[in-house]
Amino acid sequence: MSIQFEFKDIVEETRQVKRRVLITGIAMLLLFGFLITRLIYLQIIQHDHFITLSQNNRVKVVPIAPIRGLIYSRDGVLLAENQPAFSLEVIPEKVNDLDVLLSEISLIIDIREDDIARFWKSLREKRRFESVPLKFNLNEAEVARFSVQNHRFPAVEVIARPYRRYPENELTAHIIGYVGRIDDNDLQTVDVSNYLGSTHIGKIGVEKAYENILHGQVGHQQVEVNAQGRVIRVLERTPPIPGKNIFLTIDIGLQKIAMKSLQGKRGAIVAMDPANGDILALVSAPSYDPNLFVNGIDYETYNSLLSSKDTPLVNRALQGTYPPGSTIKPFLGLTALTYGIREPDDTIWCPGWYRLKGSSHLYRDWKREGHGEVDFNYAIMQSCDVYYYDTANDLGITRLHDGLVNFGFSNKTGIDIGGEAAGLLPSPEWKRKTYDQPWYPGETLIAGIGQGSLLVTPLQLVNATASLANNGKLYAPHLAAVSADQISHERNDIQTIRSSEIGIYQAAQWEIIKQAMIDVVHGERGTARGSGYNSKFRMAGKTGTAQVIAIAQDEEYKEEDIPEELQDHALFIAFAPAEEPSIAVAVIVENGGSGSSSAAPIARQLFDYYLAGYQEG
Amino acid sequence: MEKRTVAQKLHIDMPLLFGIVVLCCIGLVVLYSAGGQNLHLVIRQAVIMTVALLLLFLTAQINPYQLQRWSIWFYLLGIILLIIVLLAGYTGKGAQRWLNLGLFRFQPSELMKLGVPMVMAWFIAGSQVPPNIGRVLLGCVFIIVPVLLIAKQPDLGTAVLVGAAGFAVLFISGISWRFIISVMVLIASAMPVIWYFMHDYQKRRVLTFLNPEQDPLGAGYHTIQAKIAIGSGGLFGKGWLNGTQSHLEFLPERSTDFIFAVFSEEFGLMGVVLLIAIYGYVIGRGLWIAMNAQETFGKLLASGLIMTLFVYVFVNIGMVSGQLPVVGVPLPLISLGGTSIVTLMLVFGILMSISTHRRMLSSQV
Repeated sequence: MSIQFEFKDIVEETRQVKRRVLITGIAMLLLFGFLITRLIYLQIIQHDHFITLSQNNRVKVVPIAPIRGLIYSRDGVLLAENQPAFSLEVIPEKVNDLDVLLSEISLIIDIREDDIARFWKSLREKRRFESVPLKFNLNEAEVARFSVQNHRFPAVEVIARPYRRYPENELTAHIIGYVGRIDDNDLQTVDVSNYLGSTHIGKIGVEKAYENILHGQVGHQQVEVNAQGRVIRVLERTPPIPGKNIFLTIDIGLQKIAMKSLQGKRGAIVAMDPANGDILALVSAPSYDPNLFVNGIDYETYNSLLSSKDTPLVNRALQGTYPPGSTIKPFLGLTALTYGIREPDDTIWCPGWYRLKGSSHLYRDWKREGHGEVDFNYAIMQSCDVYYYDTANDLGITRLHDGLVNFGFSNKTGIDIGGEAAGLLPSPEWKRKTYDQPWYPGETLIAGIGQGSLLVTPLQLVNATASLANNGKLYAPHLAAVSADQISHERNDIQTIRSSEIGIYQAAQWEIIKQAMIDVVHGERGTARGSGYNSKFRMAGKTGTAQVIAIAQDEEYKEEDIPEELQDHALFIAFAPAEEPSIAVAVIVENGGSGSSSAAPIARQLFDYYLAGYQEG
Repeated sequence: MEKRTVAQKLHIDMPLLFGIVVLCCIGLVVLYSAGGQNLHLVIRQAVIMTVALLLLFLTAQINPYQLQRWSIWFYLLGIILLIIVLLAGYTGKGAQRWLNLGLFRFQPSELMKLGVPMVMAWFIAGSQVPPNIGRVLLGCVFIIVPVLLIAKQPDLGTAVLVGAAGFAVLFISGISWRFIISVMVLIASAMPVIWYFMHDYQKRRVLTFLNPEQDPLGAGYHTIQAKIAIGSGGLFGKGWLNGTQSHLEFLPERSTDFIFAVFSEEFGLMGVVLLIAIYGYVIGRGLWIAMNAQETFGKLLASGLIMTLFVYVFVNIGMVSGQLPVVGVPLPLISLGGTSIVTLMLVFGILMSISTHRRMLSSQV
C-alpha cells in the first residue's frame, strides 16, 4: 500500500517536474526570441544608421594645408618664399623620462628656458603620439650636430616645415606685409574650413590683400583612426591646390634706389605708371624686417618697433598724411583756369606778401623780396605763393575744395592692398562739424599754398600727378599684376584696370600746366632746375616745402635754429618723360628742408634708372 | 538491458559535449579577432579550455548521489569563503571578489553558482515534492543569503546568476503559481529598497541603461559603442577580422564581456542567430537531461544548472545589445577569462554525471 502510494507520488512528481522543465524551456525560447528580435532591429532595421555611426567613428578627415603662393617683383625677383625651417620635435609616447631626455638634448643643442616652458605647455595640448616642438628655427650647425646624435634619441626628430620668408627683408615690408599665425580675428574673415590645415595667414599688405589667391585650397586626407585618434591608414586623399604665385607691379631696381635714397631719413616715395596705375616703387622709410613677424615677434623687439620715434611700422606712403605745400599748386592752377578765375597770361604783382582786404595780417611769400610781375607759368615755375593766395581767394574755399576733389584728394585711391588714409580737404562744412567754428577767409589762402588743414597721402599725390601726366585719367593704383598657377604656370591678370576721367578740363589747359611743370625742372628759373641738368629726357615736376610749425609774422624761418623734427617736409612730384609719361613719382622727405634740394634729386635718380633706355623721339 | 556505449562508460554525454566543443571553437575564433590577432591570447584560452574540459570529465565521473551528500557542506564552505572575502578588506576598484590562494586567485562567488543549485536540489529532494510553504521559505533563505553576500561585493551579474539558478530549482520543484505570483509582486514592491542599497556605479549603470546617450563618453560609452558594432554588422557582418569598431579600439572590453559585439559586427545577424541556436541546443540538451534524470535531486540540480547557463547567455547578449544593464556577465565559453569557463565546465560535468549515472529502477525501489 505504502509502496504503491509512493510510486504514484513519484509518477505524479515526475510529470510535474517534466511540465515545469517544459515551461522553463518555452520561457527560455521566448526570451531568446526576444533577443533575436532586438538584434534584427539593430542589425537590419537600424543597420544604415549604425553603419553611418561606425563610419563616423573610424573615419576622420585630416586637412592638408596648401603651399602658399610665392610673390615676385614684376621683373621676377623673389620677394616672398616658403623656406623649410628646422624644428626639433619630440614624440612623448616614445619617451620614458622627459626630464632626462631634455637635459640630454640640451647638451647637444642650446635649449632655452622659454623653449622648455612652451614645450610643457604644448605637451598638455597634444596627444601622446603627436610630436611636440621643442625648439624652432634650428640653424644648420644645430641640425648637423643633432643628426649625428639622432640614433640616441629615437623619440626626437628634426622636422622641416615650410615657413614664409622675405628674402629682401625690409626693402618690401611695406608692400608685401607679412603672414603671421592665425588668430580668432582672422578666422572671422575667411572660410574656416579652408584654413583647417593652415597655421599662417596674411596679416597686412599684399599677403593680406591677396590672401585668397596666395593661400590655395585645402586638401583632405580621409584616414582611419582608432579610438585614441591614432591614424591607422589613409583611405582617400584629395590633394590641396597650392596657392598661386603673384607677380607685383614693383620694379625691384627702382624700389632699391628709392629705398636707398631715403636711407637714414623718414619719408615716402611712390612711383607709378601713369598709363595704368601700376605702382612701380613704394617706399616708406624707415622700414622693418617682416621676417620678425612670421612666427611671432618677441615682446621686446615689437615694443621697440612700436615705440620708435621713427615709427617704422607705419606705412607712410599710404597712411602718412602731409600738407602738400606747393605741390598742390598745379592742381589749384588748373582749377582756376577751368573756373575762368585765371587766364594763362593774367599777371599779378607779387611784393613778397599778400594781405586780405580789411585785414592787417600779412601772408608771406617764400621769397621775402617778392617775385614781381607773375603770370600763370611763372607762378608754378617759381612757386609764387602770393599768386596762389590771390587765386585761392578768388576761387573761394568751395570751388577750391571741389577742384581738388576731382584729383582724388580726400578720397582713398582704392589701392589694392588697402590700409590707406583718406587725407583731408578742409571746407566750411568740415570746420563747422569738426570744430563748430566758422570758416575764415584767411584759411582759404593758407589752403591755396597747400598748408593749414589740408592733408594728403604720398599715394594720393602720385595718383593726382599721374592724372596730370595723362590728361585727367585717374587710375586705381595697384601692386599686384599677374597671378601664376604653381603647377600649370598659367598666368592671369589680377587687375581689371579701373580708371575715371576728370572730364572738366580742356586739352589746352593740360598742356599749359604740363609746360609750367616742365619749366619747374628745365626752366631757367625753375625751382627744381638743379635736378633737370643733363637729363636725356624732359621731366615735369613741382617742388613743395611744407611747414611743420607756424612761423610768426616777423620771424624768419632759419633751418639751423629749429629742431630736426620740426623742420619743413620736402616734397616733389614729377613725371617723365614729359611728352609721353611712363613714370610719375611723389617724394616726401620728412623734415628734409626744401623740396628742391631734398626731394627733387631723388626723383631724378629714379627717372634716370627707370628711363635709362629712353631715346627721345 | 540495453548495451552501454563507451561514452556512457566514460560518463560522457556526447550531444552535450558536441555543443560545448563547437562553442569553444567559435570562442577561440572570435577571440583571435577581438584580441587584436594575438595568438598568445588564443593559445592561453585554449589551454584553459582543455584543462577545464579535463575537470568536466573528472566531475562527470562523480555519482550524483555523492554530490547530493556533499551539497550542504559545499554550500556552507562557499558561504564562509564569501564572508571571508567581505572581511578580507576592501581593495581594488570598487569591488572585492577575489581570494588570494597564493598560486591563483579564486572567486568564492563562482562556487555558489554550483553551490546554490546543489543545496536547493538537496534541500527540496530531501522531502516531499512539491515542497510546502515553510520549506519554500526556508529554501528562499538558502538562496538569498549568498545572493546578498555576492551583491555586496559588489558583483551584480553573479548575484543574478546565482539567484536565478536557485529560484529555477524552486520553480521546477512545482511550487504553486499562486506563490510564484505573490513573490513577484513582493519583489516588484521591494525594488525601491534594492535601489537604495545599490552602489553608485550600479545605479549609474541602470540609469545609463535606461538612457545611454545621456553620457556618451562616460557611462554610456560601452553601450553606445556596442550597439554601433552590432548594428553596423548587418545581416552578414563585416567578416572575420574586419570589424572596425573592435579593431580600432572603440569597443571597450571587447575580448571579455563585450565579445558578443565583436561577433555580431563580424558575423552579422546570420552568425548571431546561429550562435544563439547553438546555445539553445546546449540548453535544450540540458533540459532534456533534467527531464529524464532518474532522481528528483538530479532533475532539480540539472534544471538549476542549465538555468545558470541560460542566464549567462541572456544577460550577456541582453546587456551588450543594450536591453539590460551592464552587469559584467561574460558570454559563456567565448569571452576571455578562465574563471567562468572552469565554472561552466563543472556545470556541464555535473549535467553529464546526472545524464550518465543511471541505476536500475528496480534496484532503487
